[in-house]
Amino acid sequence: MLNTLKATVGTLALSAGLTTMALAEDLSGTLRIISDMSNPAPRAVMEGLAAGFDEQHPALTVELEVVDREAWKSQIRNALTANPPDVVNWYAANRMGPYVRAGLFEDISDMYASGDLPGLDSVKGAMTMDGKQWGVPYTYYQWGIYYREDIFNELGLSEPATFEEEIANCQKIIDSGRKCYTIGSKFLWTAGGWFDYLNMRTNGFDFHMQLARGEVEWTDDRVRETFANWRKLIDMGAFIDNHQTYSWQEALPFMLKGEAAAYLMGNFVVPHLREAGLGDDQIDFYQFPKIADVAMGEDAPTDTFHIAANAQNKAAARAFLQYVTSAEVQTKINAADGLGQLPVNANASVGDDEFLQQGFEMLSTNATGGIAQFFDRDFPAEMAALAMEGLQEFMVFPDNLDDILNRLESARGRIYK
Amino acid sequence: MATAHDDMSWIRRNRMTLTPLLFLAPGVLFFLAYVIIPILQSFNISLYDWDGLGQATYIGLDNYRELATDRAFEISLWNNVKWLVLYLLAIPAGLFIALFLNQTIVGIRLYKSLFFFPFVISQVVVGLVFSWFYLPREGLLNAVLGVVGLGPINVLGDPTLATYGIIAAGLWPQTAYCMILYLTGLNAVDPEQIEAGRLDGAKGWRMLWHVILPQLKPATFIAFVVTIIGALRSFDLISIMTNGGPFGSTRVLSFYMFEKALSEYGFRMGYGSAIAVVLFLIMLVFIGYFLWSMYQDEKAARH
Repeated sequence: MLNTLKATVGTLALSAGLTTMALAEDLSGTLRIISDMSNPAPRAVMEGLAAGFDEQHPALTVELEVVDREAWKSQIRNALTANPPDVVNWYAANRMGPYVRAGLFEDISDMYASGDLPGLDSVKGAMTMDGKQWGVPYTYYQWGIYYREDIFNELGLSEPATFEEEIANCQKIIDSGRKCYTIGSKFLWTAGGWFDYLNMRTNGFDFHMQLARGEVEWTDDRVRETFANWRKLIDMGAFIDNHQTYSWQEALPFMLKGEAAAYLMGNFVVPHLREAGLGDDQIDFYQFPKIADVAMGEDAPTDTFHIAANAQNKAAARAFLQYVTSAEVQTKINAADGLGQLPVNANASVGDDEFLQQGFEMLSTNATGGIAQFFDRDFPAEMAALAMEGLQEFMVFPDNLDDILNRLESARGRIYK
Repeated sequence: MATAHDDMSWIRRNRMTLTPLLFLAPGVLFFLAYVIIPILQSFNISLYDWDGLGQATYIGLDNYRELATDRAFEISLWNNVKWLVLYLLAIPAGLFIALFLNQTIVGIRLYKSLFFFPFVISQVVVGLVFSWFYLPREGLLNAVLGVVGLGPINVLGDPTLATYGIIAAGLWPQTAYCMILYLTGLNAVDPEQIEAGRLDGAKGWRMLWHVILPQLKPATFIAFVVTIIGALRSFDLISIMTNGGPFGSTRVLSFYMFEKALSEYGFRMGYGSAIAVVLFLIMLVFIGYFLWSMYQDEKAARH
């Protein structure tokens, strides 16, 4: 473990040496980073980044503090207000809102404008709020349907392209005594993923975003149509039973044991499936099928770095952001043996991995509708929390739909002022 | 010289008052800073619309008006009532286990320790153990129900059952706590009174009700206090076992306050404070009663 870590650090430092030679002035002082990359693989990547940047600037000391990813979601407030670090991790789009409005994130529009961040044009939008940019992305990943290839082969199924084919496939899976989809909705957000896709496919990306911005009523007929499509799957028994009791990890065994054939999930599910012993001939991926004739929108959540508005060493922080987003570092950290996700820099290359390649292909050629972040990142936090609870309730008691939608509609009236 | 002497005598003259005041001062200071002032601050924040970061806007009683129409709040309030009522079962249960264990046979200490065990382990562990126990497919509960031809039921996934499932988990350590209180109390029961009662022909229930229970009154009082407070404080079990779900059916006020004010999707400090104020007022009823009855006891003892 230690050896591989050292090797990662070494190669990172090497590639970094090549990239940022252009930096004229050298940096000094201390650069304090608080990172939420606390899972083993991301942690190693983050430690490599800090070490690589530190090595590049002899006069600069990089202090890295890695905090638990879930805890960070509430700790960031204190961290940014009292004795703030220079660089922090966070999420793109609406999730930046509270910190942008409170003036806690540094405006770095000038870095985008002056060409200090080459290759980031396509992801700039997710970092834009009020016409300014507030940070840089460092990784993103696709969502889609991960399925058991061997079960599909056994039943003679092929990857569906339309919702009718999806339902036909599902019926055959159910007839074979399995469930079509596993899902664990105890922590609610997994249900948000299903709604994202069903709504984007039924009504299109733009409608979905209007709903997220509070411009459409939840009781609108188009929203009901989304739920009607969802209900088709629920009524045929497509989802595993008792999903409200499981976390997303606890729902994995259903797919591992072959009791459920597929999982609508982000690409981070792949290492879990592989570690549990499924080979690449047993798992595969397809894009969520077409429902109505609308351009395909996709969920691709983006994770980010930001500079605290009250940072002490902004020069070093800016250089670090450049370093992280440079093509070489992006290629390196997002490779299959690093984060195993997609690089944000257009000049970086995508990791040599079946799922990364498929995901990249899908997002660059077949996501013409637009790229969404994810339900709980696109909708304002409070709306997302209430809505996801409603979505879970709908999945268990579909007959409560009217009550749920009325509840969400009255919340909409209050939340978007 | 004369003034110095006067000063000394002033301190001397008042030392019976000064000494306790000085000893009390640190405690009072901390109590003010960490308890009283935050309570007042909560009252104040509950009148504002504030996300904890930006500017707070004064909105009067709007947060309370919203509470009145908030269904999630209503559910949480009712769940608190369920917790209060059902949690009290820990008191009789603890009493009977204590009576059962209050005998001198070989290895009784071991049995007592075993019964006391659930109180020693963390609530988080209790929550985890019970959620495994309740698991819809693998759980022991459904295995047992299956043997007698019932079930399967998904206790924590069913909005009508989930709260009761969590309370049952909470009763396990709480019963142990009450048991220990009663075991201590039973040590202090006067054997002569039992002897006298026996001579008068009392036994069984009559002995328990008329002779033993009155002597256990202090233990009962403490058991009542800790159980009520435990019920109102319930948080860890809910967070571990259901995270407030399914769809918010197992929230209690403290959990709802946490969700609204401090969780990932929360940060409505004003609204959270309003919930905290309501919870505080409910607790105040009980706290007031406890203080009053303790005061009565003290007064009676002084006579």
